[in-house]
Amino acid sequence: MDVAWFLVLSAFIFCIGAAGVLTRRNPLVVLLCLELMLNAGNLALVAFARMYGQSAGQVFALIVMVIAACEVVIGLGIIVAMYRRRLPIDVDRMSELRG
Amino acid sequence: MWFEDVVFFAAAIGALAGAVGVVVLRNPFYSVLSLVGHLVALAVLFLLLRAQFVAAAQVVVYAGAVMVLYVFVVAYIGGSDEPLRPDESLITSFGPIFALALGVELCFAFLGSGLTAIDGRGAELGPGYGTPGQIGEALLTKFLVPFEAASFLLLIAAVGAVVLARRRRGLAPAGTAERREA
Repeated sequence: MDVAWFLVLSAFIFCIGAAGVLTRRNPLVVLLCLELMLNAGNLALVAFARMYGQSAGQVFALIVMVIAACEVVIGLGIIVAMYRRRLPIDVDRMSELRG
Repeated sequence: MWFEDVVFFAAAIGALAGAVGVVVLRNPFYSVLSLVGHLVALAVLFLLLRAQFVAAAQVVVYAGAVMVLYVFVVAYIGGSDEPLRPDESLITSFGPIFALALGVELCFAFLGSGLTAIDGRGAELGPGYGTPGQIGEALLTKFLVPFEAASFLLLIAAVGAVVLARRRRGLAPAGTAERREA
């Protein structure tokens, strides 16, 4: 398989994730779509690592996974805090930093 | 190598279907399950790219641990069905158009990048490419600083999650709790 196929696939996944981030209003689903975008980046990184035959890109992909885990933890913490305070679970109606 | 092509297209269709499912499905619980399928398909693609360790980490850490966290939070919040477009706001109608434009642009950027190696199967690989040994060696020698920074970042994220999600009364000192209530 040519590397270009993987790159085009990652571009498609990235834009599907971007569409989800823009259109969905549930913050949980917005986080899931962010995961999609990060995974598309991961796929491109691993494909480029394969293209150059070096493992640096795979290390980058692992670091991106760590970043994604951090983002999930903080995002889910915010969502749980929203739920505890009886705030609407809706990104459009969250307009203040100090809810 | 027709077998690799077949595996690639099966995994690519699975990944795309999972991604579309995450965006389209109304119930967040089904979205999470769809993302799990997407992640497993991506792990297959990583295996095709000779990234065994990343594929294993993807399945174990991502599709396993992170998604379990999601499922717990969805169960806690209560995955309620959400109307996809309750009101036609400007950004909601522009979202798909923007995403389509972004996809076309990215494809142009990739295919017209002038990288000659992009049309090949990749460079010749040395022995042990993508194995845990080589990745670990790279993490502990060349990429030691990012590795340690990532561990600090995980620690900060864990502490931040505890601070965000704790109960307001009980843990905080009395004075700060009253100020927060006011």
